[in-house]
Amino acid sequence: MENLEQLVQDGLNAVEKADNLQALDQIRVEYLGKKGVITQQAKTLGKLSAEERPAAGQKINEAKGQVEQAINARRADLEKAAIEARLAAESIDVTLPGRGQDLGGLHPVTRTLQRIEEIFARAGYSVEQGPEIEDDYHNFEALNIPGHHPARAMHDTFYFNPGTLLRTHTSPVQIRTMEAGKPPFRMICPGRVYRCDSDMTHTPMFHQVEGLLVEKNVSFADLKSTVEEFLRVFFERDLKVRFRPSYFPFTEPSAEVDIEWGREPDGSIKWLEVMGCGMVHPKVFDYCGIDSEEYRGFAFGLGVERLAMLRYGVKDLRMFFENDLRFLRQFR
Amino acid sequence: MKFSEQWLREWVNPNIGSQELMDQITMAGLEVDGFEAVAGEFTGVVVGEVVSVAPHPDADKLRVCQVSNGEQTVQVVCGAPNVRDGLKVPFAEVGAVLPGNFKIKKAKLRGQPSEGMLCSESELGLSDNHDGLMELPEDAPVGQPVADYLKLNDITIDVDLTPNRSDCLSIKGLAREVGVLNSLVTNAPSIEPVEAVHSEVPDIRVEAPEGCPRYLGRVLRNVNLQAETPLWMQEKLRRSGIRSIDAAVDVTNYVMLELGQPMHAFDRDEIKGGIVVRMAGAGEKLVLLDGQEVELTPETLVIADHEKPVAIAGVMGGEHSGVSEKTRDLVLESAYFDPITLAGKARHYGLHTDASHRFERGVDYELARDAMERATRLLMAIVGGEPGEIVEVASKDHLPKARVIDLREQRLADVLGLKIDRTTVEEILSRLGLHIDKLLKDGWRISVPSFRPDISIEEDLIEEVGRIFGYNNLPVTEPTGSLGLWAREEAVRPLSAVRNFFVAQGYQEAVTYSFVDPKVQQLVDPEREGIALANPISADLSVMRTTLWSGLLKTVAYNQNRQQPRIRLFETGLRFVQGADGISQQPMLAGVVVGNQNPENWVNGRRTTDFFDVKGELESLFRLLGIEINFIASQHPALHPGQTAELLRDGEHVGWLGALHPQVQKNLELNGTILMFELFLNSIVVGYVPNFKDISKFPEVRRDLAIIIGSDVAFAQVEHVARKHAGEHLTALRVFDVYEGESLGEGNRSLALSLFWQHPERTLNEDEVHSLFNGVIDALKEELGATLRS
Repeated sequence: MENLEQLVQDGLNAVEKADNLQALDQIRVEYLGKKGVITQQAKTLGKLSAEERPAAGQKINEAKGQVEQAINARRADLEKAAIEARLAAESIDVTLPGRGQDLGGLHPVTRTLQRIEEIFARAGYSVEQGPEIEDDYHNFEALNIPGHHPARAMHDTFYFNPGTLLRTHTSPVQIRTMEAGKPPFRMICPGRVYRCDSDMTHTPMFHQVEGLLVEKNVSFADLKSTVEEFLRVFFERDLKVRFRPSYFPFTEPSAEVDIEWGREPDGSIKWLEVMGCGMVHPKVFDYCGIDSEEYRGFAFGLGVERLAMLRYGVKDLRMFFENDLRFLRQFR
Repeated sequence: MKFSEQWLREWVNPNIGSQELMDQITMAGLEVDGFEAVAGEFTGVVVGEVVSVAPHPDADKLRVCQVSNGEQTVQVVCGAPNVRDGLKVPFAEVGAVLPGNFKIKKAKLRGQPSEGMLCSESELGLSDNHDGLMELPEDAPVGQPVADYLKLNDITIDVDLTPNRSDCLSIKGLAREVGVLNSLVTNAPSIEPVEAVHSEVPDIRVEAPEGCPRYLGRVLRNVNLQAETPLWMQEKLRRSGIRSIDAAVDVTNYVMLELGQPMHAFDRDEIKGGIVVRMAGAGEKLVLLDGQEVELTPETLVIADHEKPVAIAGVMGGEHSGVSEKTRDLVLESAYFDPITLAGKARHYGLHTDASHRFERGVDYELARDAMERATRLLMAIVGGEPGEIVEVASKDHLPKARVIDLREQRLADVLGLKIDRTTVEEILSRLGLHIDKLLKDGWRISVPSFRPDISIEEDLIEEVGRIFGYNNLPVTEPTGSLGLWAREEAVRPLSAVRNFFVAQGYQEAVTYSFVDPKVQQLVDPEREGIALANPISADLSVMRTTLWSGLLKTVAYNQNRQQPRIRLFETGLRFVQGADGISQQPMLAGVVVGNQNPENWVNGRRTTDFFDVKGELESLFRLLGIEINFIASQHPALHPGQTAELLRDGEHVGWLGALHPQVQKNLELNGTILMFELFLNSIVVGYVPNFKDISKFPEVRRDLAIIIGSDVAFAQVEHVARKHAGEHLTALRVFDVYEGESLGEGNRSLALSLFWQHPERTLNEDEVHSLFNGVIDALKEELGATLRS
């Protein structure tokens, strides 16, 4: 039995020396396997008396346990070292840039239009579209702008022939929508419009959003809240809004809308014109077959580029249509 | 319209400053565009009198003058040609500061001491006139500061009037508004008839009463048109942006500015026989006051004598019949011309005059006589002369009808959203000159005055009340209305989803003009002619696009010229095509791609985008939209003949994908391989609503095969044949390798395919799969001449 202690010591030494899992497993077989040297010690028990056997058996078990424990500990160490080696080998420079497609972006006009559409859609406004090559009737006549009207001169219209033109505003969509449906109406019409004008502050094409609400009981006061709320929601600011009497042939009363935009050198509020609006002119209702005694409506119109310029700080209107990637990428 | 604040304040003088006054009229709907001082900023300039003038000993062009400021006389060297003894001039004394911070100091000019400077109008910032010294009237008080003498503490206000407010194209009309806003009465000059001193009257015949419902004429004899317009009148005109010409023109302009009635003065001797107001005859010609000769159209209303036209009515007079210094007798005209008859006439002749501006918008049709009396009196005070009787020719049938409108109190409250008390409403209406004929049970019966042609219906009155009450004093209430729900088709993907898809694929959205360069369009869509604009802004924006490629390719060029090698752009919008039965305006989706497929990176970032990259992106889009699209080899004039696919959905054309034809690319001066696509949006946005099918619990079986086949056999054919013979349980067919090489023989390629089968209700057995697989192989051999690659 003195031999046992020596065996354990040998085993522990061997375990200590094992530098990989395979070697360790061989040691396990050598000492603790069916034919292992420590396992074999159990055969000596038969030579002992019944009284001596339990103590000797316990000693053998303890010896087995001692070596087994050492093997397990050594295995854990070796496994850990193996994982660490693998991790070290697989390390990368995570600060290198990722691969794949770059992100594009929406045009700032689209981005602005989508924002406007979303704001009004949430209040139940539908989004209507109409042709861009329009006829004189829908662009002018039905909007109470007859042929001789001085307001026509303000429109700088692109013509194809005397009766066919590029729409100068999105208002004809109002007419088409009212012609096709029955009141009440709650809609906006976003889109491209065209004026024969090109300089620092005008491009021959730009975008407008026209809004229309027709109900049995709607007033100028309702128009005021709609316009004011829209501007505050759009700019996400509690800005001051004022309504200035103005003139559009298709609304009466009519107003232009100014917003507070900084201060003048003398400290007074600097007002910027951003929208036009008014109560739908009874003649427009007549053209669309709507009884203006039964229904009233308000309409408003805004220039999308203008709002986008104010919102994003763009200084030159013409940049919207140059489509310079260095400009466009700033809006994604 | 430009006007002098001082002049307005002579009519109505509210106790508010200039800025407040301008704010007030802006908020009443007469938008102030800007204002400017009527003179530059200066100090130390007084009325000086030139006492004597002597030549400069050493300079031909300079004179040595003695100038008095009333207290002392100093020597001033002056180079102005009009300096002379006794002249009263603006005199900048030593210590004066002229506009531009120009300080006047003692100086020597060519050796002669000079203490001060005699000034021209431009040196005081009064006008651009620097021809000579500004000559002040003989009675100008020597020594008085010029700023006080000329009342230069004034501004010119520029108000941008909307076309309906013709009533405010005069001091009288503006004063009326200011009076209403401040509850003040206006001081109009009293206008008394001028008594005739002779019996000569003009012979007036109106042959076109619908264009000229009222015409007044008067002869003023023996005038002296050498008499100078008084400084006060010149100054008022100048401050209203009108240059002084001569007394006759100045007075008619003055009355136009003051009262709003455009007038004209003819030289009586040049009117042969009498005045005829008629439409022009075809081919008649007239040399206008500005010197240009025009050929008149028969739609033009003219003032003629018995021989020829002498003026375009309400637009501009003729040169020949105009007044000059030598004119002795005048015929004065004051008329009401119909706005519709005059509409667009001035523009037709390339003109826009103060008169046409007013007549087109509508002049007060009852004003002509007052204006005539006012002008006669003002003119006589300057040029003397003997007035005759006024001759008036008027046609009641053609004059605007008196308008009487009922305003309902309830309607007023309904439209404005506020019930305004009756007294306030009545006060506003009457101050505006809207006469309350009668109080009705539910409102008012209103007579509209002749100076407000813009008011014709109840809403116009409502606007007037709201405007003067103040839009900003009206309440703010939220609209109420129906809360019905909108239809929303699930199978239709919103355009925003399409846009966002492309953004995620690295595309930048562009918005290009709908009108394009016909030369570019000819290159990319030679078979269609773009619809041409009659009045394009420029030749390169003159036809409507028939494809979005025209604008996108120009955008590629623009960006390539700015060192952007990698460009991925898309656009949505209408294209315009002239068809047999009209113009069709079709929403399109188009894209162009050039450069590396991915941003340059450290692994494989330099691979140029090719056809299959873009095709893959479109296939993803179609999966997103839930649609099946077939790509067929095809031909398009703008595309590479070997890299063009026509896109079909259920056999119908939905668009194109291809590489830009190298020749077109060269013509457009573009670099790199440009891939482009264009799709009809309406043909692709309707997909389907998902319909769930049970997931099979049984295993999927895969079989791979590689075939050698002629390179001219399209993969689509291979796929078609394979699918046809693979049975109903084929779940997928993929191509995982395409190879071309010498070992396969000339004109051959190898395709490696994998086929997947799965049965929904049981496990497919080996024999079944084997037989289907062999069937596919046999069919490929027999139908397409394929051989198995070993």
